[in-house]
Amino acid sequence: MSKSLKASRTLSKTVIYAVCIFLSLLSVFPFWVMFMNATRGTFEIQQNSVGLFPSKYLLSNLKILSNKSFNATTGFFNSMIISSGATLCAVYFSSLTAYALVAYSWKMRQPFFTFIMAVLMIPAQVSSIGFYKFMYQINLTNNFLPLILPAIASPAMVFFMRQYLMGNLSLDIINSARIDGAGELYTFNTIILPIMKPAVATQAIFTFVLSWNNLFLPLILLTDSDKYTMPIMVSLLRGDIYKTEYGSVYLGLTLTVLPLFVIYFMLSKYIIAGVSLGAIKE
Amino acid sequence: MRQKGISYAKYGYIFSLPFVLTFLVFSLYPLLYTVLIGFTDMRGLLKTSIHILDNPLQNFILILNNPTFRKSLSNTFLIWGMNFIPQISLALLLTAWFTNSSIHVKGQGMFKILIYMPNIITAASIAILFYSLFGYPKGPINDLLMRFGFTSAPQNFHLQKWTARGVVAFIQFWMWYGNTMIVLIAGVLGINPTLFEAAEIDGANATQIFFRITLPRLKTIILYTLVTSMIGGLQMFDIPRLFLLGGPDNSTLTASVFIYNQAFSGSYLYNRAAAASLIMFLIIVVLSSILFFLLRDMDAVQLKRETRALKKASKATHKGAIL
Repeated sequence: MSKSLKASRTLSKTVIYAVCIFLSLLSVFPFWVMFMNATRGTFEIQQNSVGLFPSKYLLSNLKILSNKSFNATTGFFNSMIISSGATLCAVYFSSLTAYALVAYSWKMRQPFFTFIMAVLMIPAQVSSIGFYKFMYQINLTNNFLPLILPAIASPAMVFFMRQYLMGNLSLDIINSARIDGAGELYTFNTIILPIMKPAVATQAIFTFVLSWNNLFLPLILLTDSDKYTMPIMVSLLRGDIYKTEYGSVYLGLTLTVLPLFVIYFMLSKYIIAGVSLGAIKE
Repeated sequence: MRQKGISYAKYGYIFSLPFVLTFLVFSLYPLLYTVLIGFTDMRGLLKTSIHILDNPLQNFILILNNPTFRKSLSNTFLIWGMNFIPQISLALLLTAWFTNSSIHVKGQGMFKILIYMPNIITAASIAILFYSLFGYPKGPINDLLMRFGFTSAPQNFHLQKWTARGVVAFIQFWMWYGNTMIVLIAGVLGINPTLFEAAEIDGANATQIFFRITLPRLKTIILYTLVTSMIGGLQMFDIPRLFLLGGPDNSTLTASVFIYNQAFSGSYLYNRAAAASLIMFLIIVVLSSILFFLLRDMDAVQLKRETRALKKASKATHKGAIL
């Protein structure tokens, strides 16, 4: 009896590990092919499209890639400006709004919070036509501001920051700062923000990645190729001019996702913890 | 907090002001403007004056009767369902394994990191990567299929409707099941551990514990996942747009791609696109309210049952104390 139980446990353990390893490989395989093919020549890829090892055509692929419309440097810096700007705005002002909700008792506090909860789920894409037309009328297409400033109002992040502050803020700290004669905004910047550092870090990573990956809004707002972000650059690889340049398409894809891989493997622990945190906090 | 002399209440307003102003300008106004556009004749790039249509609902009627829009809606639900059912099933299975203390899967951290990974990578890049992987006549998938003898000639996946839908659904599934799994695991870790201990003492096996304790306790989180996945799925854009541009024969055309095509790929039908957006918004609002009401009702029933049990228990202990 116990022998068969043990055997079945070993069997089920084997199945579990096999499935987990298979799923891990499934996550890695497409990217592995991408990285390897980025270094392989078009001729090699035509001979055999699955290369498990690097080859020596990286530089020639890069030359072909950058001689056409794909400009990785421009895309990288544009995406960097937009994502950093949006992240800074979102993190700072969400913390400030959350602080207003937790530290002060004002008449509209509860209605305001209810309002934030109500708009939490409204998808931005729904109002994209009005947003585009509005930006077009005030001459803000081909400008980064419409992709950065809206981040100041991030209801989901305000909600998260509020939950965090409620658990971690003691009003005594604020009171003693007041006795020392500190101004309210000064107190927020020098005392409260450092307390919120863990929450800020998690939220910053997710906002940055989300903004970096965003395609829809940049695609409709930015038509000038000097303003293209990384995802728009990527969409160029789908065009006819790269149709037969297999190696450089893979290289272009690699260049767009490389920064994300670096971020992910440096911060994966915090990212995974952040995903779980989001689940509990709701 | 009572303050003598100085009132700090005004800072509540001051510190919320940037949020409120930004929301009004960049969210509320565009939303209302979209609603307005939906009732007008706004089309064409250079048009400056717009008018409410004689029949204000004309755009909505046209869109609802547009076979391509209908197809895009059914595609959206179809592809979402084809991704969500396997996604939640696999995520639940992995959750059951990873939280089972008697199995104790080693290397969990590594598995989680690798399984979650695709979620963080640019969807646009993934769409084009899969376009290349499923290339015809030469592409990695065709190569593998032929090398292992599944087909003798290369398949043109880009012309097969169900393969195309399947690949789009697979990409969504592959990008999101890791996220769902981590959320569910966090949910399981939030369950009171004494429940599991009690069940084990009572002799329940792992399967019984999973179906009788874990799953019912996860109901809220599963429904939450369902709602967020649905809202996200209805807006699916990057992958269907870049994988096969909505083709072949509109089989991967989703509602968002339809809206984009109406407004931004040469036809400038802003009014129709706005009407379609609003229909989509309405669907999202209706579906998520239904789910949230279901959720609330279930919570209320649960709460009632728990308070009753608690009362009973406290009565019993009270009695015990007296005796």
